Amino acid sequence: MSDAKNATKNGPATKYKLIGKNYVTPDLYAKVTGRSKYAEDYRADGMLFCKLLLSPMPHARVRKIDASAALAMPGVKGILTADELPPPADSINDNGTVILANKRGDRGLTMEPLYQGDPILAVAAVDEVTAADAIEKIKLDLEPLPFVVDPLVSLRPNGPNARLDGNVWVRGQQPPPQPGRPPAVVPPEVTTLKWTDADFAEYNEGKLPMGKATDEWTVGDLDAGFKNAALVLDETFVTPNSSHQTLETRTAMAYWQNGKVFVHTGTQSTSQTVPAIARWLGISPDDVVFISEYTGGGFGSKITGAITLIIPALLAKKCNAPVMMRISREEENFIGRGRPSLHGRMKVGFSKEGRITALDMFVVCDNGPYDQVGDAASCGRIVSLLYQPEAMRFRYTTVLTNTPPRSPQSSPGGMQGIALMEPVIAKAARKLGVDQVTIRHLNAPEGKAKFGPLINGKQQYVTSAFIKEALERGSEMFKWDERKNQPKRSGTTARGVGVSSSCYVGGSIGFDALCIIKPDGKLYIQSGIGNLGTESLIDVHRVAAEFIGVPWEKCEITWGSSAKNLPWACPSGGSQTTHAMTRAAHAVAMDAIKKLQMIAAHDLGGKPDDYEVANERVFRKGGGAGMSLAQAAKRAIQLGGIYDGHELPKDINKFTAASATALAGQGLLAVAKDTYPRDGVTHSYVATFAEVEVDLETGQYKITDFLAYADVGTVIHPRALGGQILGRSTLGIGHAIGQKWVYDQHYGLPVAKRFHHTKPPTILDIPQKMDWAAVGIPDPETPIGARGIGEPPVGGGCAAILNALSDALGDEIFRRAPVTADVILASLEAGRPMQEPLTAHI
Amino acid sequence: MAVIHDVMPAFELFQPPTIDDALRLLGQYRADAWAMAGGLDTFDWLKDRIKRPKVVVDLSQINELRGIREQNGGVEIGATTTLTEVVRHPLIREKFSILSTGAEAAASPQIRNQGTIGGNVSQDTRCWYYRAGWPCYRAGGNTCFADTPTAINREHAILGADRCVAVNPSDSAPCLIALDAKFVIRTPKGERVVNAEDYFIGPGIDITRMNILQPGDLLTAIRIPADWAGAQFYFEKVRDRNVWDFPLMNVASAMFVTSGKIDRIRIAVNAAAAHPLRLAAVEDAVRGKEPNAATGEMAGKLAIQGARPLRFNAYKIPLMRNLVKRAIGGVEKPAWA
Repeated sequence: MSDAKNATKNGPATKYKLIGKNYVTPDLYAKVTGRSKYAEDYRADGMLFCKLLLSPMPHARVRKIDASAALAMPGVKGILTADELPPPADSINDNGTVILANKRGDRGLTMEPLYQGDPILAVAAVDEVTAADAIEKIKLDLEPLPFVVDPLVSLRPNGPNARLDGNVWVRGQQPPPQPGRPPAVVPPEVTTLKWTDADFAEYNEGKLPMGKATDEWTVGDLDAGFKNAALVLDETFVTPNSSHQTLETRTAMAYWQNGKVFVHTGTQSTSQTVPAIARWLGISPDDVVFISEYTGGGFGSKITGAITLIIPALLAKKCNAPVMMRISREEENFIGRGRPSLHGRMKVGFSKEGRITALDMFVVCDNGPYDQVGDAASCGRIVSLLYQPEAMRFRYTTVLTNTPPRSPQSSPGGMQGIALMEPVIAKAARKLGVDQVTIRHLNAPEGKAKFGPLINGKQQYVTSAFIKEALERGSEMFKWDERKNQPKRSGTTARGVGVSSSCYVGGSIGFDALCIIKPDGKLYIQSGIGNLGTESLIDVHRVAAEFIGVPWEKCEITWGSSAKNLPWACPSGGSQTTHAMTRAAHAVAMDAIKKLQMIAAHDLGGKPDDYEVANERVFRKGGGAGMSLAQAAKRAIQLGGIYDGHELPKDINKFTAASATALAGQGLLAVAKDTYPRDGVTHSYVATFAEVEVDLETGQYKITDFLAYADVGTVIHPRALGGQILGRSTLGIGHAIGQKWVYDQHYGLPVAKRFHHTKPPTILDIPQKMDWAAVGIPDPETPIGARGIGEPPVGGGCAAILNALSDALGDEIFRRAPVTADVILASLEAGRPMQEPLTAHI
Repeated sequence: MAVIHDVMPAFELFQPPTIDDALRLLGQYRADAWAMAGGLDTFDWLKDRIKRPKVVVDLSQINELRGIREQNGGVEIGATTTLTEVVRHPLIREKFSILSTGAEAAASPQIRNQGTIGGNVSQDTRCWYYRAGWPCYRAGGNTCFADTPTAINREHAILGADRCVAVNPSDSAPCLIALDAKFVIRTPKGERVVNAEDYFIGPGIDITRMNILQPGDLLTAIRIPADWAGAQFYFEKVRDRNVWDFPLMNVASAMFVTSGKIDRIRIAVNAAAAHPLRLAAVEDAVRGKEPNAATGEMAGKLAIQGARPLRFNAYKIPLMRNLVKRAIGGVEKPAWA
């Protein structure tokens, strides 16, 4: 494994004291000693437990619930059904845009379950045995309804619909604009889409049918691109559905005190979960206290917690007692969210050098039954950015199925798009006789690279891209040129090397930071970020300490409870945090410095600009009069106003303002919103390399070497970065080697519900050698130059393995991921791909 | 009534200190009683609320069921000896290393610390339809959900199917067959000792059980005779994940080679059928031949005779052929290794 020095290998040496240096985060000891408290570890006086009754059918209408025998049991305290849930409510985002509620969204409980495992009701009792026994005494009268678990089956003529009102998501009708207000975000609508038998003509040959798509965009001249191509490939590939598999399930505990609800659960954002809880419960955010000190993984499935947290909250109100809802692994497999499978068909034209002259991509997304996932749309944008096709058409359809709800999962759509495209690029390179690194370098984005559909006649573009450097340096570090020529076969073993490009969104803007320099001379930093294990919760605040010039030992971080006066932060999803919150941290440091300079000028004379801040002091430039930060903090309290938080800037979020107001008067209070300009959309990139060895007699293979070379801008915390790069690579590797859902289509029911069925990779499945490095070139559009990294390694981790396998075995072994021993062995035996190419969930 | 697969229902728990006490309880409660060793198989069933015994007889307090003892040049292993103890025992490592290897291939370190050798050989099938509570033949119903046109049966049987297509998942069982182990069973009528391969039964004999234990019976020990000590052993397990996974298939063989010819051999595979298969025809065919690739090829082809694939498990036929081939002819290491 790498250490700190790798972070800036081949990159500029860090000029900072804290940024780019390893350290131990203050939450670490609690995590490794078991003292950290997750939602399930909390207890409250008189606490009840609740259990869920899950739908046994893939689609049904609940005609009647007879809970009389259950409610008559000693110890049973109450029942909650969907009728008692607040109606779906609109929300307003930071820009004032109204997001209209999706009435077809998941509400936590339902009278029309849309997949096996959809919660119908919950029972609260004095203990879990009683609650479970009570569930068994409930009589349900269910009317079975049509169901479908395979998106292509639903698109067939006369195929079943997953919902009574249709089977595909389409764009909703925009209401007339309100004067002076931004247009509302409307939820999508459901309609029925069926393709013709003719559309399915090539289905049995493994080619994805391409009937009418609900959405499409085109950039450039596709026909000319194909006409100019030296090679045209038409390939179908399928990616797996996979659960998020967070080790901490979405357990939640709630109680009410003095009209406020107190909720404990895991989240990817402490601050942003507060308004989500308020919206779900139909109450004011002021009446929500949210506690989440530690979260056992989210990966996009807990961006603002999970809507099922309203079940213990509402039961707690109804029963007038705290209620704990512990979620089992089987329940988590149902309600814990998953990444949607994408079926993709890619017609790609290449010049003889390997440049993509035209890309015609068609994608079917398996959405599950509830809220529309954006994976298909995102797939098109990422593919467009990563390979910079000269012309591109992207068509997609998001199909509803009676399978568990999907949500974003690390690199949503991007991971699938890369896994769909990379095998095609690898095949083209082999056919054209072009080196695999060279073909990716040739097509890679550079500078302010454009991507995606035309919006108002223009494509978007990125802030920067240094993936070419990552490919160059990675190929050198991996010894690609040497390895690509090594022998591929010996006896019953085959060996192969693969490379993949990868990218994803790497940052957002516009959030707040809040800290106080107190009279003890210490810097107290408030963190509204969720603690989901990435360490960005703490890492980003090193930027504030760095610029204010406070030693890390004198910084105290507060996080984990909305009662602790936290600022409005980005949700830690979509790799936003490092970028967004280092910007906010920089802004708050500038605010602190400005206030220190003003206090010094006020007390010691001269202009604020005559002073500088360093070494825990504010002093005249070039030496002379000054004061310590501790003295300045005391003066800030005496001066009041803007200095100690009694007057606040107007542009900060109201959540931040409330926190700052509560903290006012304790020292020099710095608070700021990130208003730095940004030209382009922030993305991060990874070049991934892998070597595999395949046992041709068993189909088993091992990953013998692996390298992920990342372009993430400035490195903030090398060890955390390495953990993210390799950890997320492993998530991608799981999609290549084994992770999936398995359904019996006849019954519409899952058969794989436990870890040993769904097969997330174990520690012994990761590569035997695994390394990482970072390019280290700062992004020019953000003050520190740092971008996020959570998402980009996932697609690279998956595709590098797929490409290494096809290098070892050829192009006629697999046509979908994951690639397991049985697929390899059966195809080797037959000399052609033997796995059913398009059937979902096998 | 609604179904919930969570929270163990209440039952009466007995923790007898002796085998006799355990047998008395098992005899008293018969079909209502559940004998529990390490609990790995048991707790799955109980927490899923699919098996609902009124009485659980926990064998963990019975000292005479634990431990590994030398016996006439072989070893006797108490039924509740943990897999970790089996893996680490010097005598087993020295003389019967195939059992260490096979037991170490089971599950994960945590599970091997708790799981027992008796439990590993006696565990129920992992057919995901049956384990999820589907009312199949094995569960007393009248169909096999794993053998329908839409069934997902990648992990199911290619041999010995009889209505049910589930497989036996034990990694230690084929090793014990290769070692010609004897299973010691206490029944209400007294002690009974059976050959390892006779302990396991297929659906044709009893579709609801994986072994010959009747209600009231208890597996107390496994005896490994001295006969196969120091033989040339081969064990291989093919699985999706390198730890914490059941076998897609495994193979175990013990072989003595004299003057370059196979003198004595025992070979078994598991996860190909509802019970571990001792390949007697293969043993007969290779005896007297050189243990080389050609003999292995011949043996592999013989082993798969009669195999019948389901929709998703045709790969098991070449897999079984190749594993048997390798057990006899060895594995060719790549030149770069």
